[in-house]
Amino acid sequence: MISAQLPALQVVLPLLAGPVCLLLHHPRLSWALATAVSWLAFFISLALLDQVLSSGTIVYALGGWAAPWGIEYRVDEINAFVLLIVSGISAITLAFARNSIEYEIRAERIHILYTGWMLCLTGLLGITITGDVFNVFVFLEIASLSSYLLISLSRDPRSLTAAFRYLVLGTIGATFILIGIALLYVMTGTLNMFDLSQRIAGVSDSRTVKTAFIFLSVGIALKAAVFPLHLWLPNAYAYAPSAVSALFAGTATKVAVYLLFRFFFTVFDPQFSFDVMQLDRLLLPLALVGVFVASVTAIFQTDVKRMLGYSSVAQIGYMVIGMSLVSVLGVTAGILHLFNHALMKAALFVVLGCVVFRIGSARLEDMAGIGRAMPWTAGAFVIGGLSLVGVPLTVGFISKWYLILAALEHGWWWLAALVLISSLLALVYIWRVIEVIYFQPPSDPSREIAEAPATLLIPTWLLIVANVYFGIDTSLTVGVAERAARLLMGDAS
Amino acid sequence: MEIFGLYNYWIVVVLMMIGLYVVVASGNLIKKIVGLNIFQTSVFILYISIGKLRGGTAPILLEEPAAYSNPLPHVLILTAIVVGVATTALGLALAVRIYGAYGTIEEEEIEEQEN
Amino acid sequence: MSPEFATALAVFLPLFGAVGIALLDRHPNPRETVTLVTATALFLVVCSVAPAVYRGDEPAVHFLELVPHLSLALRVEPLGLLFALIASGLWIVTSVYSIGYMRGNNESHQTRFYVCFAVALSATMGVAFAANMLTLFIFYEVLTLSTYPLVAHKGTDEAKRGGRVYLGLLLSTSIGFLLLAMIWTWFSAGTLDFVNGGILRDTLDPSLLPLMLALYLFGIGKAALMPFHRWLPAAMVAPTPVSALLHAVAVVKAGVFSVAKVTIYIFGIDFLRDAEATTFMMWIAAFTLIAASLVAMTKDNLKARLAYSTVSQLAYITLGAMLVNTTALIGAGMHIATHAFGKITLFFCAGAIYLATHKTEISDMNGLGRAMPFTYGAMLIGALSIIGLPPLGGVWSKWYLAIGSLEAGQWAMLSVLFISSLLNIAYLLPIPIRGFFGQSSDRGETNAVREAPLPAVIALTFSALGCLVLFFFPGPLYRLMALVFAGQ
Repeated sequence: MISAQLPALQVVLPLLAGPVCLLLHHPRLSWALATAVSWLAFFISLALLDQVLSSGTIVYALGGWAAPWGIEYRVDEINAFVLLIVSGISAITLAFARNSIEYEIRAERIHILYTGWMLCLTGLLGITITGDVFNVFVFLEIASLSSYLLISLSRDPRSLTAAFRYLVLGTIGATFILIGIALLYVMTGTLNMFDLSQRIAGVSDSRTVKTAFIFLSVGIALKAAVFPLHLWLPNAYAYAPSAVSALFAGTATKVAVYLLFRFFFTVFDPQFSFDVMQLDRLLLPLALVGVFVASVTAIFQTDVKRMLGYSSVAQIGYMVIGMSLVSVLGVTAGILHLFNHALMKAALFVVLGCVVFRIGSARLEDMAGIGRAMPWTAGAFVIGGLSLVGVPLTVGFISKWYLILAALEHGWWWLAALVLISSLLALVYIWRVIEVIYFQPPSDPSREIAEAPATLLIPTWLLIVANVYFGIDTSLTVGVAERAARLLMGDAS
Repeated sequence: MEIFGLYNYWIVVVLMMIGLYVVVASGNLIKKIVGLNIFQTSVFILYISIGKLRGGTAPILLEEPAAYSNPLPHVLILTAIVVGVATTALGLALAVRIYGAYGTIEEEEIEEQEN
Repeated sequence: MSPEFATALAVFLPLFGAVGIALLDRHPNPRETVTLVTATALFLVVCSVAPAVYRGDEPAVHFLELVPHLSLALRVEPLGLLFALIASGLWIVTSVYSIGYMRGNNESHQTRFYVCFAVALSATMGVAFAANMLTLFIFYEVLTLSTYPLVAHKGTDEAKRGGRVYLGLLLSTSIGFLLLAMIWTWFSAGTLDFVNGGILRDTLDPSLLPLMLALYLFGIGKAALMPFHRWLPAAMVAPTPVSALLHAVAVVKAGVFSVAKVTIYIFGIDFLRDAEATTFMMWIAAFTLIAASLVAMTKDNLKARLAYSTVSQLAYITLGAMLVNTTALIGAGMHIATHAFGKITLFFCAGAIYLATHKTEISDMNGLGRAMPFTYGAMLIGALSIIGLPPLGGVWSKWYLAIGSLEAGQWAMLSVLFISSLLNIAYLLPIPIRGFFGQSSDRGETNAVREAPLPAVIALTFSALGCLVLFFFPGPLYRLMALVFAGQ
């Protein structure tokens, strides 16, 4: 009985939890509710993935209204996988958030943060699960509005300007998407993704559809922080509370990248996106330039959170590279990296949360010599960092492996080489930090620094262990990513 | 003739450009929000235009077949308007907090203080 | 204990040791006992695999599948056994030596030192026993990462700089070239298993072979081919036991071992010979060989001179592999062993001198030989072995390398080997000669010098004796290398 309603519960539970968190008006209670709901959402997404893997795509008519009139939720391999990432990262970072948030945010605002967190989760899960393009816009705005709020809750006044900048750019992006949706509706008379995918083929020659495609591409790319539309991201990540940065790094951009996949491969078919519009010719160079520019910029950052923000921009580039290879292998690499990068970036931001909790800053010079005082935290950073670089036995290696295979499949040597060279840049910025942590004497030796408490360390290490585990046992991740890629490429075999 | 017949779409485009220009060119945070509003309004008009049929009626309890305006885009845009209002409210609230923290809402002066 | 179990144990035993060492952080004596016991046990475990390999078996262990059809797996073949035997055997000697050195020198962070050492040995065993290129690559990277803290051990600016060069070069060559070559191989051949006779013969366009070979050989940065050799001199900031075991044996030999392994089991020597693909890399090796010797002559710092000497000696092995015939490869394999004994002896001596006198420059070491007879005697033996004079082990490897170059019809390479031996004499022999016959500027100071602590002296005497033993009993070594090619 209840298993049939899972797609709705996935979204409705956090949506209801949001206002309740506000009403509870108590830091700990709100946190407890948010965490419980988040874990529940995680188990729902697990169940959904299991259902999809065993019995194929789930179609759910919201409120019992069938498709052309009502909103349809459509769960297939790819969004079931993204749902799992989003809810999983949210659940773990929430477990981490309690102490970290209490340290970083004024007590009377904490319950607001969890309200925002739940709404943001609702939005992200909603974007992912829905099969209706206008519904995408609505959930996108729910997620965006709550994320502006989450960023601005930090004590650092710069978070306010970061949130404002994100608000302006985010709204422009969302409005672009809205325009695209309108144009598509004009041409096809439907908002349902599945129907759209059937009907666009008949009208794909029209200028209106092409314009819609461009508006949608730019709008979503802005939300996904695809270079050069990434300007909002580094500051937003740097000044948001640590737990929020971890949530965003693991989920927000990932969902937007998922949307890119969804629109380029399902709503418009790949043949239109890449052969007619020749999107890959634009995306691939942009992504490559983005990878290099963002990585190099990351090297020169003094704030480690900001550095990781630039690193995220670079890593999104890898996903886009995988996408623009337009092959099963390439798309597999893209989706795989979506999952893997969520794991590593969330882990690294959470580690920084531990650091901030003890030394009150994420600036590189303040982190000198904390390796001895905080061995577990520093060790977690090393493993997470190596995963980012792509050292074997971590998830990063698996992503690189598939991405390079996909490049070689096209016979693109230069691309394989460039991907590898760029990961050396990641090595440089990660190693800068490791060197400071371990081999630089503390700037103020008299200051006593203790290891982060277990409530922070346990979630941190859960994420780190996941980084290693999914780097060794890839049957789930690669298996699902490959099935999703076949589905997107329309390759049933 | 056809070009002027679709004048409401021209208005959409013009408003859109004005809105975007204000957002980009203005350094004042409130003006940025105003620009954003103009930009969004243009899209509202777009949606309303595509649903409207000249001479069409509202599709409520029609006795006999008649030309009617498509209500769906109009309903959709109600949602978008709500979103727009929420965005404006949040943007203004942020502007207030920024004024509290920096004592100004001019972007250049804020940047000066941040560096 | 079945050979399969022993194979897996060889990789895990040092890790268990590392955990034990870490737990005994505050108790130096039990901690060092753990190191010694682990080292001895590891050597015995590796020995226990040997009979099976000599019989022609190849014990294999399969851990798990990383991506479909690509596993983390071990398989012991003769070349790997040779490398594992040397590394684990010399670990015992080095452990004895480190105890004397680290305590005599009052080094800090000793627990970290021993833990990283044990992890590095585990990785070395993994490299030696890897059943496919991916497994080798993984352990290769673990080896790089686990030795970085040892290089940067002192934490001074100089040590950090050295560590940065070390890590930067090793990781960037391995990720930039080796990983690319490996994925390319996987893409073309559909497998990365080490198969006797190679896996690329029918799957790779022979015209691309030289490029692939260059990617592999430069990618294996640990083989220190010029221009990617700078990490080795940079690594000399590490404490001497590290330079001795890791940068004369484990790490650098992991490099040339990988080169040999790739040559034999990925490309296949017949394929390389038929396609005549090795000429370019052969000249690179020859150039490295001579150039590094010449640089070594200019170095006054003892460890720097030894480091460049190592670069040059490693090129012997790469050169042997690039001659692509059985004799040369047997010579290359034997050189892994003989150079290991010779060079570790020399490093032990360098460390002993530093312990006793705190001197690092060769020109300051006049006359020390009379005060430190054991150390300088061992140094003489080590130097002569590396030069390749009887009655020391180094003769045999150079002998086979020379015959191998004749078999390949490479007179030029023969002359390179000959010139380089002369250069060896020119830069190595002056050190003991100065020690025994040189006149010190400050006699009183020299008279006050005593031998280094006992454990250090025992270790260096032992390894010097090893050089002698290898001369008289090269049989097992030769048979092991001959086994590699027995199947072809």
